[in-house]
Amino acid sequence: MPIHEKSLIRPENLVTHEQLTLEGVDVSGHWSTFIRSRVITDYNEAMEEEIAALPGGEYIHRCWQCGSCTNSCTVNAVNPDFNPRYWIYLIRMGLEEELLRDKDIVWQCVSCNKCTYACPRDVNPEGVMKATAHWLELKGHTAKKPSMEFDEVFSEQVFATGKIEEGRVLRQFFARTGQSLFQDWLVALVRGLAIRRPIGLLARLAIASIFRPRTRGWSRARAAINEYLGEQETAQRRALGLEQRGSER
Amino acid sequence: MTGKYRKVAYYPGCALEGTGHAYNRSTTALGQALGLDLVELKNWNCCGAMEVKNLDPKLQTYLSARNLGIAEKMGFETVMAPCNGCYHNLKKAEYDLAHDPASRGLVGQLSQKAGHAAYEPGGVTTIHALDWIKEAIGEDGLRERVKHSLKGVKIANYYGCMYTRPRHIFPEKDKGPGSESTSKPHFMDDLLAAAGAECVDYPLKTACCGGAHTLSDSDTSTKLVLNLLTTAEACGADVIATECPTCHTGLEMHQVRAARVLGKRTRVKILYFTQLLGMALGLSARRVGVQENMSDACDLFREKGLGR
Repeated sequence: MPIHEKSLIRPENLVTHEQLTLEGVDVSGHWSTFIRSRVITDYNEAMEEEIAALPGGEYIHRCWQCGSCTNSCTVNAVNPDFNPRYWIYLIRMGLEEELLRDKDIVWQCVSCNKCTYACPRDVNPEGVMKATAHWLELKGHTAKKPSMEFDEVFSEQVFATGKIEEGRVLRQFFARTGQSLFQDWLVALVRGLAIRRPIGLLARLAIASIFRPRTRGWSRARAAINEYLGEQETAQRRALGLEQRGSER
Repeated sequence: MTGKYRKVAYYPGCALEGTGHAYNRSTTALGQALGLDLVELKNWNCCGAMEVKNLDPKLQTYLSARNLGIAEKMGFETVMAPCNGCYHNLKKAEYDLAHDPASRGLVGQLSQKAGHAAYEPGGVTTIHALDWIKEAIGEDGLRERVKHSLKGVKIANYYGCMYTRPRHIFPEKDKGPGSESTSKPHFMDDLLAAAGAECVDYPLKTACCGGAHTLSDSDTSTKLVLNLLTTAEACGADVIATECPTCHTGLEMHQVRAARVLGKRTRVKILYFTQLLGMALGLSARRVGVQENMSDACDLFREKGLGR
């Protein structure tokens, strides 16, 4: 694995001396910038295996560090700190402290799959991003992120009834994340739509919010899915060395 | 007319029953106008979209396998899904069932407990609405049927992420002339050009609109969408044609949000390709559901004489 020690060249790790002579050589000024020496002793050797145990992270060990994922990444183009290649490197090296610097942005992966398309080693970097975001939450490094709240609101409806109703997803998500439904732009959006009186659509949406769309005879599928989810949770918590939750789910 | 896909199973999905209803309406209207039968899957379930996959990809495979099993039981060899998310998930399930024993094992186990037969890969082929029109009618067939040409309408065709990525789940794509390309898709361009439209060279065809986080990370989505909109305008497009309800709604929502929150106004209209084709075939604007779009394209229709 190649060395990509970005952390070494952060401003706080660079030293420039105004006047310094070492063994008779003048090393003053910018052209003789030094990197502070450091010793790492706190490798988290379990991190790669733990992330590989979560859905999506299975193939992290295949990575060759070519950087195709970061190069193609949609979010990286918006925020250069979003760097899948670097995070995969940190995870495989067990450099947990360094990974935790970016703990609040990992969840922002938009699942566009450009990385998975570009990856020559079938690492499935998109899945690794999801597994890493889950790992950060399960380990208690971050609070539950908005995307996780959304995934849960959405999935709970699918598991409960076999279908979703978008209005309910929207309302529950806003409620769980403490946001108002009456945001300026949302109001403008609804007003813009209502002005052309799409009576059929409005009636459909209203009916769907009262009589939730559902798949008939879903109860056995629901029970099977919930049983499986319970087993998965137990297995994942065991793999991450976490205490098992009580009687939940 | 090739005779292919004259009658296929139809999987609309949740979005087409809600905010993407205009897509549902225009797709079925287009099918009727072209004499193509769509038979809705009986008692289908949600494909799990992106969200179930984030929690557990194998569970997504089960949800889609159940739908594929329904199509097979109804006697269909082909299921058509107009939504990129549904289409992608059915394709992904087909691939995983054929290549991943663990996914196959779980689908078998859950299907048994849920009380239905487990879907075996190879039973049903999933196609997109674009494949459906392209194969069943084709460009020549469309040209013969056009009543109101889209002449003078400049269109940027936007395919989004899930229609082409990751490529391994689309074995029929990238097979040379006549097949769809995963890097530069062109089926929508071909169809709309046959209806008379001028398709502009749009470099962001398969860029991402941030649809996965359209509500949970709105600021990123607004940035991504604004880039799509301004680039389309810079390419000279009047309209962005879409083929996915999530992309479509995302573009509409964040066009408004960009104007409200960032003060960045854009004028480009957003329409489903099925709406544009429907109007070219002489269907009224109302019949293809433009009143259900959030992006108001009425002035454009007046200017170009469409949808009367």
